[in-house]
Amino acid sequence: MSLIIKDLHARVKDGATILNGINLEIPKGEVHAIMGPNGSGKSTLSKVLCGHPDYEVISGSAELDGQDLFAMSVDERSRAGLFLAFQYPVEVPGVTNANFMRAALQARMPKGEELDAVSFYKEMRSKMKSLDMDPRFTARAVNEGFSGGEKKRNDILQMMMLNPSYAILDETDSGLDVDALKIVSEGVNAMRAPFRSFVIITHYKRLLDYIKPDVVHVLYKGKIVRTAGYELVAQIEQQGFDFIKSEE
Amino acid sequence: MDESTFQIDTRGEFSFPENHKFDAGFGLTEATIDYICDAKGEPDWLREFRKDALRKFNAMPMPTHWAPEGIKDLDFEKIRYYLAHGTAPYKDWEEVPDDVKRTFERLGVPEQERAFLAGVDAQYDSETAYNNMQEELRKKGVIFVNSTEGLKEYEHIFRPWFGKVIPVTDNKFSALNHAAFSGGSFIYVPKGVKLEQPLQAYFRINSESMGQFERTLIIADEGAELMYMEGCTAPKYDSATLHSGVVELVALKGAKIQYVTVQNWATNVYNLVIQRGLAMEDAEIRWIDCNIGSGLTMKYPAVVLKGRRARGEVVSISLAHDGQLQDTGARMIHAAPETSSNIVAKSISIGKGRASYRGEVNVLKGMNGCRNNTECDALLISAESRTDTYPAISVNGNASAVQHEASVSQVDEEMLFYLQQRGLTRAQAMSLAVNGFINDLVKEFPMEYSVELRRLIDLEMEDSIG
Repeated sequence: MSLIIKDLHARVKDGATILNGINLEIPKGEVHAIMGPNGSGKSTLSKVLCGHPDYEVISGSAELDGQDLFAMSVDERSRAGLFLAFQYPVEVPGVTNANFMRAALQARMPKGEELDAVSFYKEMRSKMKSLDMDPRFTARAVNEGFSGGEKKRNDILQMMMLNPSYAILDETDSGLDVDALKIVSEGVNAMRAPFRSFVIITHYKRLLDYIKPDVVHVLYKGKIVRTAGYELVAQIEQQGFDFIKSEE
Repeated sequence: MDESTFQIDTRGEFSFPENHKFDAGFGLTEATIDYICDAKGEPDWLREFRKDALRKFNAMPMPTHWAPEGIKDLDFEKIRYYLAHGTAPYKDWEEVPDDVKRTFERLGVPEQERAFLAGVDAQYDSETAYNNMQEELRKKGVIFVNSTEGLKEYEHIFRPWFGKVIPVTDNKFSALNHAAFSGGSFIYVPKGVKLEQPLQAYFRINSESMGQFERTLIIADEGAELMYMEGCTAPKYDSATLHSGVVELVALKGAKIQYVTVQNWATNVYNLVIQRGLAMEDAEIRWIDCNIGSGLTMKYPAVVLKGRRARGEVVSISLAHDGQLQDTGARMIHAAPETSSNIVAKSISIGKGRASYRGEVNVLKGMNGCRNNTECDALLISAESRTDTYPAISVNGNASAVQHEASVSQVDEEMLFYLQQRGLTRAQAMSLAVNGFINDLVKEFPMEYSVELRRLIDLEMEDSIG
């Protein structure tokens, strides 16, 4: 069981091609980091996998546990176990965090079954506590008026509530201070399991010090140009991405 | 609460065969008025009053210079002006004729009465079928009857205010209602009496080509408080149906009236309603208005702020689907110093639906220290949806503050992607976004209504996205 991406080419709808033949295999239970300079296509990759309407697949395939990802709608992909922690989580005015999560969990229930409200709130409260979030956030509108760090934390909370099998974290570390980074990382580490994979997109070593990846990829000009173990992180930290650019 | 006990989305779903003892036929003439007066057993002054109003109605032009186009298609000759079973309102559900009772049972009225209402008036076509109020309130001197009974039994209270807040010649539809009115509520709450539970009216149109002209007068005496709610439904017919009510509110010194409407008429219904309240010193009138149904609604609840420090508020939600025009808004007339008013209007246009906001804020000459805040926001669900805003603001007093804010937005694709990425279908995501848009206003509705409103919006979204 894994997420397998083969020769993926994708572009902005009616615009520039960003992904130029991505090949990736992410087996269940592993944590993969994707690093790369600005504009290399990291965020595009995560959006294309989740079905963002601004992008289109030109060619190639993606399989999620044997299912054709590109044949599914955005929400079907989510319910099939794919989760994206957004680089910029969106504000949803007037919709409380609790109602949003209830609706999202309810959408995963078999027809005719109701989510149990009491155990839902209990779970949400305990997960919020583990992320050091104010319990009053349940009644606040999703991300509205949240600081950058609060938004990121809220996305991690959603991930914990939805229990995805594949979670992509798109620059979750940006906007987080050291303490928040630690809390969020602990949350992610606690979720590491043989039945779950993480794809961590980041510019910085900092996050990867807390969440140690099994595999590190470097994405450059829409292609995976290097795949190695954790030692690659240190090399990038020391040399920047110049050594990759110079290999071009 | 169990949702099955409360449903106002029966729009177009069911009707019963007609079973009327009285039918005044098509068109409105002096003979029609004689027929109505005879059926109701009304006094001569009222017969003359109605006939005078009819003459004024006939003499007045349609408000085509400003009103939406669709009003031109309304043919007064093709409307039936009085249809009734011919019995006085029952006080016990068991006595209500079976078809009528089944209608209101389907709408959940008896359960609601037991659960949370202080009193109910259920109107079926032209007349009230059922009217009842808690005994305890009767003992306190609260009056809650239909307009016919109100004019008969309580003429000394009713008549001095009848047509005073909304005069016969206010506009053509006011004249029409004064000529043909039937049903609606007469409410009097004595000095200092505060109703803890709402009074509820149901307006049901059952018959084809029906014209329903309910007439409501609510008087809250000094320091009295009440909430009144009305719900409106009708089956869907091919021919046009007309609902043209007149609602007058009088809040005497320090009194508070809240008037809640949830209108879900079928789309063949013209909903042309005049609602106006008079707020005396330190009194407060709030209109909470929700328009979901009808093909053409023209409705602009108003408050005349007549006494010092009086407060007026309109909270308005409208939802316009394909083939619907919701022309709604609010009017605030500041006729005393230091009066304040607040208008919050939100509209949602779906598909080819159109929602307009029409507002008037008028601070009369010499009225100093008045305040108004107006906020209207429109949400467009598709590129074909449309919204218009027509505000009119006139300030003639000093040291007054009037503020108007308007916004138009579309449901943000980034937001839908975010919601869908968490597993909600596009329709569910849209519903959630729309519910969020009006959330702060829905909170103003009693709980039972807000649950139902959210459910109605979910249904509309499912329909529009498929």
